[in-house]
Amino acid sequence: MSDTNSGAKKSPDFPVGSRPVVVRGGRVVDPSQDLDARVDLLLADGVVAGLGESIDAPDGAQEVDASGLVVCPGLIDPHVHLREPGQEHKETVRTGTMAAAAGGFTAVACMANTSPVNDDAAVTELILSQARRAGFARVYPVGTVSKRMAGEELSEMGEMFAAGAVAFSDDGVVVAHPELMRRALLYAQHYDVPIMQHAEDLRLTGDGVMHEGEHSTKLGLQGIPRSAEDVIVARDLILLEETGGRYHVQHLSTVREVELLRDAKARGLTATCEVSPHHLFLTDKAVADSEFSTDCKMKPPLRAESDRQALLAGLVEGTIDCIASDHAPHHPDEKDVEFSVAPYGILGLETTVSLCLDRLVHAGVLPLARVIHLLSTAPAKILGVPGGTLAEGSPADVTLLDLEAEVTIDKNAFRSKSRNTPFDGWKLKGRAAGTIVGGRQIAL
Amino acid sequence: MPPTLEPKKTLLDSKQIRRLVRRIAGEIVEQAGGTTDLMLVGIRSRGVPFAERLAVEIEAMEGAAVPVGTLDITLYRDDLSTIAPQPVVRETKLGQPIDDRVIVLCDDVLFSGRTIRAALDALIDYGRPRAVRLAVVVDRGHRELPIQADYVGKVVPTASDEHVEVRFDEVDGTTDVRLFTREEEA
Amino acid sequence: MAPAAETRSAAAWTRKDLLGIAELSADEIRTILDTAESFREVAERPIKKVPTLRGKTVVNLFFESSTRTRSSFEIAEKRLSADGLNFSASTSALTKGESLVDTALNLQAMAPDLIVIRHAYPGAPHMLARRLKAGVINAGDGAHEHPTQALLDAFTIRQRKGRIEGLKVSIVGDIEHSRVVRSNIHLLRKLGAEVTVAAPRTLMPVDVESMGVRAVHSIDEAIDGADVIMMLRIQLERQGRMSFPSTREYFNLFGLTTERMARAKEGVIVMHPGPMNRGVEIASDVADGPFSVILEQVTNGVAVRMAVLYLLSGVRSEDGGEG
Repeated sequence: MSDTNSGAKKSPDFPVGSRPVVVRGGRVVDPSQDLDARVDLLLADGVVAGLGESIDAPDGAQEVDASGLVVCPGLIDPHVHLREPGQEHKETVRTGTMAAAAGGFTAVACMANTSPVNDDAAVTELILSQARRAGFARVYPVGTVSKRMAGEELSEMGEMFAAGAVAFSDDGVVVAHPELMRRALLYAQHYDVPIMQHAEDLRLTGDGVMHEGEHSTKLGLQGIPRSAEDVIVARDLILLEETGGRYHVQHLSTVREVELLRDAKARGLTATCEVSPHHLFLTDKAVADSEFSTDCKMKPPLRAESDRQALLAGLVEGTIDCIASDHAPHHPDEKDVEFSVAPYGILGLETTVSLCLDRLVHAGVLPLARVIHLLSTAPAKILGVPGGTLAEGSPADVTLLDLEAEVTIDKNAFRSKSRNTPFDGWKLKGRAAGTIVGGRQIAL
Repeated sequence: MPPTLEPKKTLLDSKQIRRLVRRIAGEIVEQAGGTTDLMLVGIRSRGVPFAERLAVEIEAMEGAAVPVGTLDITLYRDDLSTIAPQPVVRETKLGQPIDDRVIVLCDDVLFSGRTIRAALDALIDYGRPRAVRLAVVVDRGHRELPIQADYVGKVVPTASDEHVEVRFDEVDGTTDVRLFTREEEA
Repeated sequence: MAPAAETRSAAAWTRKDLLGIAELSADEIRTILDTAESFREVAERPIKKVPTLRGKTVVNLFFESSTRTRSSFEIAEKRLSADGLNFSASTSALTKGESLVDTALNLQAMAPDLIVIRHAYPGAPHMLARRLKAGVINAGDGAHEHPTQALLDAFTIRQRKGRIEGLKVSIVGDIEHSRVVRSNIHLLRKLGAEVTVAAPRTLMPVDVESMGVRAVHSIDEAIDGADVIMMLRIQLERQGRMSFPSTREYFNLFGLTTERMARAKEGVIVMHPGPMNRGVEIASDVADGPFSVILEQVTNGVAVRMAVLYLLSGVRSEDGGEG
């Protein structure tokens, strides 16, 4: 189906570097071109100008010494919450994009559950202009599926798309009404954008606050069964089959979700999905071990080891398309309450890269090129935005990675305004060593 | 017993202890004019075998059984806020009401007097005895409170950092009283 | 006599807090039960008081209302000569919407020695224990644990049966929402009993066998062979999750009646943490009948709580809580 309104995704204008840049001496890994070689990279006028061994630096060029580092297409996080407008005590576009840059990301897609929600061009434009002013990373706003996120009527997707939105999601909450999802899948095809779903049947969640299993039983906390997510994904895929369009499941957490997505792809449906690092590396046992730490509380919840293994397998076999942090800042006062009443969500921008490098690459689960693909090329494709590649002419967005650096996660050193992470104190090998956006080196 | 102390000498052997028990039993009965209303209360833990031996002697002398109770004074100690963790509490079992009785508290060693002070406080929570007297095997001095024993097995002058230990073979396998001192400096 | 001889038992109590049974060793549990023996006798004297906690301040923080547990703690505190301060859900102090953290900081400023807390949410006592120098006693946190209840239950069983090891204990009722059952499972298993939990399928939590118990869905199976039958209170109005249609149906399906007790083992005892719903989980004649030790549980509750207060008051801590 190709009655799209405008072929090219609007690229928000973002500050461009004034001088050419030579990234010298690094190991360039670009999965989009099957490239893994020790070459230099030339960036000029905001785009990739060339790759080669020992490039001659043009006049006035800046030199970036990438010796000992990996040079890859700028990483893109397709699921973050920047909390602006309306919740600036948790995070702002400025602090959130600073956190993104510190974490090695050159672009993020931000969700719409702000105050007011992003269901119109005005909020979309506000977010974009804040991102431009801050200049730390590109921001691709995701607008709501429904007006006011009330789950009843379609939002003005066209207006938001024209203003720069790249996808639509009511994330934070589910699109519960099946007819609304059907209409959204049909309508979004006019703009050729994905509908992203936070899959959760709230009636099955009930008062649940953690995974329904042996640990919720032992701790006396209400559980969220796997079926709460599975029934929605199953339903939506059946709808997708009727409507066509692009459907993306956010933050996978169950065995069955992986199976459903595998099956859907085998049948040729245009369904994609993401997984977050915390679901790949933690389980519900963390709630017990941490004695009810609210830094282990998020939706969907950390689930059992069997789910975790299925998610890793799904990632390895390619059923899961990309990695997304679901960066969800909350003010420390908001999280410093009893587990049962704490808000859901944890940070992710400043821990994702180190976790993936240590627990996927160094652990031998996935090769480096594949991890870069999951963090860059794949999200770019799903969001329909430029990037995820260092082919000539593509945006000059570059991430530098230090594979060997030993880091200890220190939440008090985060650029994010918030501190809600379960990974504080973790010792990991590998970290982001810098970003370049539009040919500009990002200084923090 | 603190581990740095070494036994210096045996103050009383089992025969001497048997004799003093007999003597004290006689003194108790003499002062009480018989066994009516008499009751012995052993302070845990080594006051208990002492009280039981006295009861046996008294029964042999007078042909009448005298009741024996046990008293644990842990809950009445005055030093609970300074020691940690809490000492083990054992049961108190007096066995009968103490109102109007002549109670003879029995303890092994009289030292600072604080244990007896605690025992008196405990007894008062159980009722109003006609009189309370005190029998001890050894009085080693260094009183910190104005407390005295009515019946004493032996008065032993000691240094305050020494330690006196009474053993009864019903509980300890042997019967004696020993004096412990600090290890001699090499 | 220098009181040195028996100050240390096999497991001297060294924890600042009593937050649950799950983390205790069998020896620590026995220390509490043994200490409670000595305190039982205080209730039988003419003057039911000992000066042991004189001058100590105990704060009773009851965010959830509770007559039974709170008055049991209050009596225990008075009998130990402690000064008890009561904050309950109905007093303005706790309803002004102050966060638990702020409540804790304000309490700290009053320098209490011990805090007894009952709260609707699991983990609330742990939050206080981390922040406060005072020892924290969990008097029930949501559906998580109620350690002093399990201790007094064990004390009662030991008293009646002489032991816990090898006994078959059945716990019947709304297992999913019960903190009493969780604490009891931990304690009974640590002391070597075999535990069966019985509930209708809609009131049985997921994966309960992972706690080391047998799960059955009929009360008859629970009664068969049991040395101890522990009934739990059913509060259908609390569920709100469509778990059970009516109390009448519950009584018919799962109520403990004299007819059902006919299949019970010789010497069986029936327990209930209270308050009872007569005619819902337990028939009146069983509650008042010869197998019931329900009132003994209440008496023992005071002794056990005195033991807990006594043991915790002996633990000094320089800074707030565990490192």
